[in-house]
Amino acid sequence: MTGKQVLLIEDEPNIIEAIRFILSRDGWAVATHSDGTTALEKVRAVAPNLIILDVMLPGRSGYDILRDLRDDAATKSLPVMMLTARGQSKDRELAERLGVTHFMTKPFSNAEVLENVRTLAGW
Amino acid sequence: MISFNLLIFVALCYVALLFTVAFVAERHAANGRVNWLRSPVIYTLSLSIYCTAWTFYGAVGYAARSGLEFLTIYLGPTLVMVGWWWVVRKLVRIGRAQRITSIADLISSRFGKSTSLGVIVTVIAVVGTTPYIALQLQSVTLSFAVFAQGSGQVWVAEDLNAAAIWVAAGLAVFTILFGTRNLDVNERHHGVVMAIAVEAVVKLCALLAVGIFVVWGIAGGPAATLDMIDQSAISEWSPVGGRWVGLTFLSAAAFLCLPRMFQVLVVENADEKHLATASWAFPAYLMLMSLFVVPIAVVGLNLMPPGSNPDLFVLTLPLSQGQDGLAVLSFLGGFSSATSMVIVATIALATMVSNHIVVPIWLSSTARGATMSGDVRYVVLLARRMSIAGVLALGYAYFRVSGGGAALAAIGLISFAGVAQVLPVLLGGIFWRGATRIGAAAGLLTGFALWAWTLFLPSFGSEGIMSASMMAQGPFGLGWLRPQALFGIDGIDPLLHALVWSMLLNSVVFFVVSIFTFPTPIERLQGAQFVNVFAHSSSPRAATQSAAGAEDLLIMAQRIIGSGQAQALFQAAAQKQGKEGYLPDVTPEFIERLERELAGSVGAATAHAMVGQLTQGANVSVQDLIAVADEAAQILEYSSQLEAKSAEQENTARALRDANEKLTALSIQKDAFLSQISHELRTPMTSIRSFSEILRDGEMGADEQARYAGIIHDEALRLTRLLDDLLDLAVLENGQVQLNNSEGSLRGLLDRAISAAGVDLGELGIHRRAADEQLTLFTDLDRLTQVFINLIANAQKYCDAEKPELRIRVRRVDGAQVIDFTDNGRGIVADHQALIFAKFSRLTDSGKAGGAGLGLAICREIMGRLGGQIDYLPGQGGAAFRVTLPATATRPR
Amino acid sequence: MDGPGKPPVFLARASYRQRRLRDATRLLPVVAAVLMMVPLLWSQSDGLGQPTSAVLIYMFVLWFIVVVIAALLSRLIDPDHEPGATNIEDLR
Repeated sequence: MTGKQVLLIEDEPNIIEAIRFILSRDGWAVATHSDGTTALEKVRAVAPNLIILDVMLPGRSGYDILRDLRDDAATKSLPVMMLTARGQSKDRELAERLGVTHFMTKPFSNAEVLENVRTLAGW
Repeated sequence: MISFNLLIFVALCYVALLFTVAFVAERHAANGRVNWLRSPVIYTLSLSIYCTAWTFYGAVGYAARSGLEFLTIYLGPTLVMVGWWWVVRKLVRIGRAQRITSIADLISSRFGKSTSLGVIVTVIAVVGTTPYIALQLQSVTLSFAVFAQGSGQVWVAEDLNAAAIWVAAGLAVFTILFGTRNLDVNERHHGVVMAIAVEAVVKLCALLAVGIFVVWGIAGGPAATLDMIDQSAISEWSPVGGRWVGLTFLSAAAFLCLPRMFQVLVVENADEKHLATASWAFPAYLMLMSLFVVPIAVVGLNLMPPGSNPDLFVLTLPLSQGQDGLAVLSFLGGFSSATSMVIVATIALATMVSNHIVVPIWLSSTARGATMSGDVRYVVLLARRMSIAGVLALGYAYFRVSGGGAALAAIGLISFAGVAQVLPVLLGGIFWRGATRIGAAAGLLTGFALWAWTLFLPSFGSEGIMSASMMAQGPFGLGWLRPQALFGIDGIDPLLHALVWSMLLNSVVFFVVSIFTFPTPIERLQGAQFVNVFAHSSSPRAATQSAAGAEDLLIMAQRIIGSGQAQALFQAAAQKQGKEGYLPDVTPEFIERLERELAGSVGAATAHAMVGQLTQGANVSVQDLIAVADEAAQILEYSSQLEAKSAEQENTARALRDANEKLTALSIQKDAFLSQISHELRTPMTSIRSFSEILRDGEMGADEQARYAGIIHDEALRLTRLLDDLLDLAVLENGQVQLNNSEGSLRGLLDRAISAAGVDLGELGIHRRAADEQLTLFTDLDRLTQVFINLIANAQKYCDAEKPELRIRVRRVDGAQVIDFTDNGRGIVADHQALIFAKFSRLTDSGKAGGAGLGLAICREIMGRLGGQIDYLPGQGGAAFRVTLPATATRPR
Repeated sequence: MDGPGKPPVFLARASYRQRRLRDATRLLPVVAAVLMMVPLLWSQSDGLGQPTSAVLIYMFVLWFIVVVIAALLSRLIDPDHEPGATNIEDLR
């Protein structure tokens, strides 16, 4: 069975609200978290089917969180979609080297987000 | 006969005059007009505190009893001053170079900043000076008693005691008021010195007036006076070689070692050139002071009834001739002599007691050290005030216990012999590099013990501490330990006996122990600096590998010498190293400089200990040991040229290193700048795009629709603000900005900035001092307000205190008008202080901040355009920014 | 004093003068001290010593002369003058 739980790790309140709106409208349960340092605990607590991860986070960067997720057997293959506003090619390269499932730059189109979530979470 | 009450009135008026003089001098000094306060004449006159009441009244008594021997008391200082090129010049140079605060500080500093030596010298000074203070109290009360008797009252012991306590209390008030106004780094007291100069003139005039009256008014001219001298009992005097030479030596030694003389001679010296004048003017003063002593004594012996006290002839002779005015002048002369001596002696002793005993104890009792606990400045001042009161109380107690009388008169020379024990160590310290700390302590203790045993304790008389049998047979029947016949050598004059033995053994022990002990590295460094003070203007330094942060040192320095001065010191040091801001690299050179500055306030040993606490005590390394090993070669190597060259190289290397770091940082920054811009622009755009798509999709309630439109609107504004800031910065950076100068009040500007920053709504408390803000500015007011708004808004956003507060202080620093914005949060760690003015340097990524991190960069550009500057001010206990206004802004057109 | 570099051998006249003045300044207290002990010699000689008034006059005249010489020296001497070179006499 495929779950419908998404964890959004992002610190801009308006962007959180937008993504939450888009995904909930599509029937997803959206948990959010906005602090880098405690993100891993949140992942364990929520056990999501997909993580949407911002790069620039207070406390710890998205890259560090991704690296830890990939190092942990339990989350090794969990789909992670990264969002960044910096959008330079080397950001993408770094993310891919670290094992990101999908990389998106801001601003994004809502449809694109929704489509990617559906694909990655196994629909 | 003059009435006693009138005399009291005159005395009070005189005291009021002294207070006024001191006050006016302090005011002048505070306003920076010290030129006329610091002339060679004032310096010379201040040296006259050597002439105490003991010499003013006592010299005549001395002459009446022992003929011309009294001259030796003046001959010693004459030789010392005439020979200024030998010792005094060196002392003064060392005093200035090392910022010496007292003779105890000099000894302590020379021998490796040793605390224990400071204590020993302080104790010797206190024991040696207390009886002398008692002597002054006695002379003042006796002179009061003479007038009281004249107006029909008979003074009993209670009256004398009451007078003494009043005098002591009055002196304490004066000394505390003018002697501890501040912890002047130079330990100079303009008010006190000025008052003393006035008193010097008064006492000289008084003695000359009495002398002229006696010679021409009574004796009938110089020739008749000389005849009278040859026929008087005084002519039976014949000089005793040993005493003549011994007393000349003793007075010379005391002149150098008396704490009060060291204070005026070295500590209060403002300019080495004044010495040249004093070298002849002070001997001339002494000559004039003693010129009429013998005539007054002879005429007094002739005219006054037998059995009258020759010590008071200066006073009783004019009175007996009905010259009341002259008698009052003479009284004021004696009063001046006594008070000026007590004031300076008390300041000198209080400085020593507080710096070498109280503060070290306080430091070691507060476990966390100088930076953490309380206000050092306050403690030092308090200690000094208490010490002043304590020293005077001690003097009064001694006066009471000794019961006055003839015993006190002899104490002058005994006191001299006591403080003279410092001489071997003093001279050894400044001329001989081999002198060690242990040798110095051994010599001092030997001399002090011998002096106490052979002279001081016996001076209390056979009812005192030493019984008659002990004097005759020695302690426990050990004949060779008899106080006045050590080692069985009998029949010498007791004073000479004590002087010879104590000085001899003191010197021998000092020398021998020094030879057999090895100095610590810091002693050797200090020794080289003292002995060769003329050779190296800048001295070899201990390579202190320091772990202390410059900021910690600044915090401590601010506590001791005050924030303005400390900041100026640090800024100057940083500038010298080619760095901006307030935090220099903690180089050995800087540590040494700082220590010396602090020593001016708290003494070398304490300053060393305080800095040592922060620099982890790792003061001298093995490398230094090697460096000082071949001392002769070292001195040659430290020629000024080499010194300058290596300093230059060091500076160049440092500049290169800094430049390299900046370049690296810059290329990183350029990347970072682009990706920052991208981030800052894309973030609001993301929200805008996303929500506009949501709105386009429709299918939502009116509430939600309004809400999302609001978000779009807010984010669009944010985007606009960011673009505005970027443009603003670009314009400022390219120098295309047009300044619209106009006139306005600083207060109004701050009001505007505070309300524009929205402080009224937040929880930030603002403290201002309205009185300081009464300034009219002429500059681009809008731009300046923009800076203020930024700083206030920053405090609002980033101050993390529970009750956030922002202090806004307007003051003048080094002639420039500055406005300090200090909050009570955690401040900014030293590593980041250099970064905050860079673009996008938001240190925390918390969304709460809201800005893009361009604020301070813009502030910096604006202040640069306006001709002023903005800096981060470290060590203020919170984040602190200093806005320095351009000189043109505060001046009216 | 002087660095290890090569010192000029001859002093300028002014420097030479300054050095001799310093010598005089150093010598003055020594001479004065000796002369101040002279009265001791007079009175030791079996009661035929000088009268006290003579001793008094001697002492004050001596004192006055010392003050005058010290004043002259202190006017001529320049404490800031750093001897720029080693004296030729010192080199010999």
